[in-house]
Amino acid sequence: MLTRENTVNLVLALLLLVAPLAANAFGQPFYVTLATRIAILALAALGLNLALGLGGLVSFGHAAFFGIGGYAAGILSSHALSYEPMIFGLPGTVQMPVIWIVAVVASGLVALAIGAISLRTSGVYFIMITLAFAQMVYYFAISWPAYGGEDGLSIMVRNQFPGANTMKPLSFFLVCYLVLLAGIGLFALIRASRFGAALQAARQNETRVATVGIHPYRIRLTGFVISAMITALAGALYADLNRFVSPSMLSWHMSGELIVLIILGGTGRLFGPLAGAALYVAFEFALGGLTERWQFFLGLILLGVVLFARGGLLGLLAGKAKHG
Amino acid sequence: MKTMLAAATMALSLGASGLVMAEPLKIGMITTLSGGGAGLGVDTRDGFMLAIKQSGNKDITVVTEDDAQKPELAVQIADKMIQSDNVDVLTGIVWSNLLMAVVPGAVAQGKFYVSTNAAPAALAGQGCNKLYFNAAYQNDNLHEAMGEYANKTNKKMFILAPNYPAGKDSLTGFKRYYKGELAGEVYTKVGQTDYAAEIAQMRASGADGIFVFLPGGMGIAFMKQFAQSGVKIPVMGPGFSFSQDVLPAIGDAALGAKASGQWAPDFDTEVSKKFTADFQKEYNRLPSIYAVQAYDAAQLIVSAAGKASVKDADAFRNELLKADIQSPRGNFKFNTNQHPIQDIYLTEVVKKDGVLTNKTVEKIFTDHGDAYAKDCKI
Amino acid sequence: MTIALALEQLLNGIQLGVMLFLMAAGLTLIFGVMGLINLAHGSLYMVGAFACATVAAWTGSFWLGLIASLACAAAAGAIVELAVIRRLYDRDHLDQVLATFALILIFSEGTRWLFGDFPLYLDIPPLLQGIVNLPGDASYPVYRLAIIAVGALIALGLYLLIGKTRLGMRIRAGESDREMIGALGVDIRTLYTLVFALGSALAGLAGALVGALQSVQVGMGEPVLILAFVVIVIGGIGSIKGALYGALLVGVTDTLGRFLLPQLLALFVDPSQAGMIGGAMASMLIYVVMAVILAVKPRGLFPPAHA
Repeated sequence: MLTRENTVNLVLALLLLVAPLAANAFGQPFYVTLATRIAILALAALGLNLALGLGGLVSFGHAAFFGIGGYAAGILSSHALSYEPMIFGLPGTVQMPVIWIVAVVASGLVALAIGAISLRTSGVYFIMITLAFAQMVYYFAISWPAYGGEDGLSIMVRNQFPGANTMKPLSFFLVCYLVLLAGIGLFALIRASRFGAALQAARQNETRVATVGIHPYRIRLTGFVISAMITALAGALYADLNRFVSPSMLSWHMSGELIVLIILGGTGRLFGPLAGAALYVAFEFALGGLTERWQFFLGLILLGVVLFARGGLLGLLAGKAKHG
Repeated sequence: MKTMLAAATMALSLGASGLVMAEPLKIGMITTLSGGGAGLGVDTRDGFMLAIKQSGNKDITVVTEDDAQKPELAVQIADKMIQSDNVDVLTGIVWSNLLMAVVPGAVAQGKFYVSTNAAPAALAGQGCNKLYFNAAYQNDNLHEAMGEYANKTNKKMFILAPNYPAGKDSLTGFKRYYKGELAGEVYTKVGQTDYAAEIAQMRASGADGIFVFLPGGMGIAFMKQFAQSGVKIPVMGPGFSFSQDVLPAIGDAALGAKASGQWAPDFDTEVSKKFTADFQKEYNRLPSIYAVQAYDAAQLIVSAAGKASVKDADAFRNELLKADIQSPRGNFKFNTNQHPIQDIYLTEVVKKDGVLTNKTVEKIFTDHGDAYAKDCKI
Repeated sequence: MTIALALEQLLNGIQLGVMLFLMAAGLTLIFGVMGLINLAHGSLYMVGAFACATVAAWTGSFWLGLIASLACAAAAGAIVELAVIRRLYDRDHLDQVLATFALILIFSEGTRWLFGDFPLYLDIPPLLQGIVNLPGDASYPVYRLAIIAVGALIALGLYLLIGKTRLGMRIRAGESDREMIGALGVDIRTLYTLVFALGSALAGLAGALVGALQSVQVGMGEPVLILAFVVIVIGGIGSIKGALYGALLVGVTDTLGRFLLPQLLALFVDPSQAGMIGGAMASMLIYVVMAVILAVKPRGLFPPAHA
């Protein structure tokens, strides 16, 4: 069905594909890199949007999962390149699919632990406890000497994906783009599923959900873990994009930026994260080129969006969301 | 067509007089111009641009961008400068963690990188690269010098640094030369601003000297609190702990602190005096060591650009290696790992005409290289 | 380890706790009354420090600087409340987080615009320089003792203000039922602006007091802000009493952890390793404490009755 929102979504998806193809054709590979960054940040925010948009769980600590994904890529590839086995004698790898699985599983386990404690709280407590957990992971990464500490970890050669030369900007972009589309598909499926309905119901009316026999705590915990896994997958791609991972991926500014992306695009919307990421990267790029004080103006713009443009970019383009 | 012809004639005439045709050279400067660490980046940029301006070389262009002290942003800017702006040489990064994010990718894409400050061990030993030069030092150097100096004056040192790689390198470098006893070795949280607990430990430890490596705001906080605590143990540290960018904020609490450095504003050479005067005239403040390092990095690039085309990487590299510059620091040449061999001095914080500054006391090391050069195979 | 050193470290912990209390009190007050989560609280702390350093440099008097820090932070808080914050009371926490996150960017970069790139100088006043001797051959800086005293006074002042005055009564009424006190004819908008300015002034005071100990620079408020969040979450959001206990707990835990953990580890591994690993563990310690407390009491130690 071609509603107004679907049209906007389709245009967005096509634009993100066509722009880098054109840039590549005109010999401007940097814009391909920029588009890749948009796709990856969109995926990270998409993960958070599952918890935040559908479940109403304002996690201020998703940078932890983003960073865990990044470190999965960095650590596995560094072991593969140095031929040093990791703990239990396991070998490293430079194959992206394997790295992704490790990233998703590792972050899922951490999210299970963090979520199990954090979800006992709600509202503003939840915001702050997730923030604090992310800070804990951050300080751990900074002080733990094995993988570079604050200096981070370089990935000398981008990890490999079967059938693609990932060192070529366009090939790597296409990998990320497909993963993003798959992520959006998954999000749509979840939203339409019974689980998704329960997750949204738990946000809107906890008591009613409980009375029909659904345990909101378990529903939320499941949502939180899936959300963390998607963000971690994006983290692994982000490390490969930069060929570098460092604790700054885990910092609370990163958590803040992920929230910003969602709100810029439109909270809870299927394509909100993509719209938000595109807008944010464009702001950063354009303002950064114009003035050293770009953070000042970025702040003003964000403030304007919160105060006057509720619903974000998609709210402006496609009207109000149908799913409250 | 007309311009091409003109260029060709010019090349001919220059060639006849034994000079290479001046080719355009584009430099990409990535440095920290916003956020808490901006002071260092501003000094880096200003020192660098001063040398470019003085060279009068119209064929050199510099594009500058702010990395906001974020590694991801630095990588993104580097990609843009390489892929879109087509720069030939990159430079300007202040912090080791940002440098580690940018340099491997930049040299892999065939670009030169001349570091104005950060010099992690990882790029000085086995990880060295033909296209990577460091015009500042190797991260360990200034700490090593303080270790050497402490041998003469102290028997029981208390040493302290933040708990991150540069901090560990610092204490390792210090201990590489210091042979006495340690009263304590403490690693503090990165960004920590209250050192009361550590100062209490220092007092109780019976140390006769304290070595601290705390860059930026951490050092300011430590020195103030140390002075307020009434503990009377002498403090020393690497030059950046008492550099011109932090001294005004520390105030008189810094008086008497000993530090190591490759340069101080009171250097009694023509080159140094002229540099200091020019910098003050241009920017109306005293230059810091970051400005000197960036000034030299720019001089190096300018000197090489005058003699070889950057398109011929081997020739350009050979010209850089000659280090044919007049450094405010004095003797300057490159080691086999393309890091400096230079003298390192002891300085002391003094007040001169009401302004806090560093005074040179003595030379600690002559022609000092680094511990990693032997592992570098280029 | 001597008794004297242990005593000194305990005082250090209490002093850190008192500083955190000044931050946390404002934060928790604003949350309790208006239900607002304010990330920009750290920026007001920074405003206080910059105001104090600037005025102290002009006039040579730390005390005038201190007054300026209170005035500037309160004024900045009031302006921000009138221009931005009052539009956020009815919004969900998400919008509040984002808007105040944007305010941080604006404040930080704006301050750098006004004051330049380098840290400012601020020293403690001559009156409070020096050290006092404590029993058992220990000594302690007068200034830090003064900070503890100021913190105690503020805690007492807040207790009296909220418990015994007319304004405090309105604040308490506002905490329990917002619509009601509006209906009773209390000018709720002015009340909110006042409370916000009061919280801001407390943050500014903390910034000025700490500015004399540390470095007055852009971004100085952010590490403190996160610690203050930990404090109010532990104490129970909205509770001044909780903020006080939470702050002392965090201050003492952090200080003693930094001091004791490396020494404890040194019994097992070599001192250099112990320093590194102990340091890493110490920097995570307060978050562990927080997680444990919330796992047992999800709404903190002293949850306000109504929330």
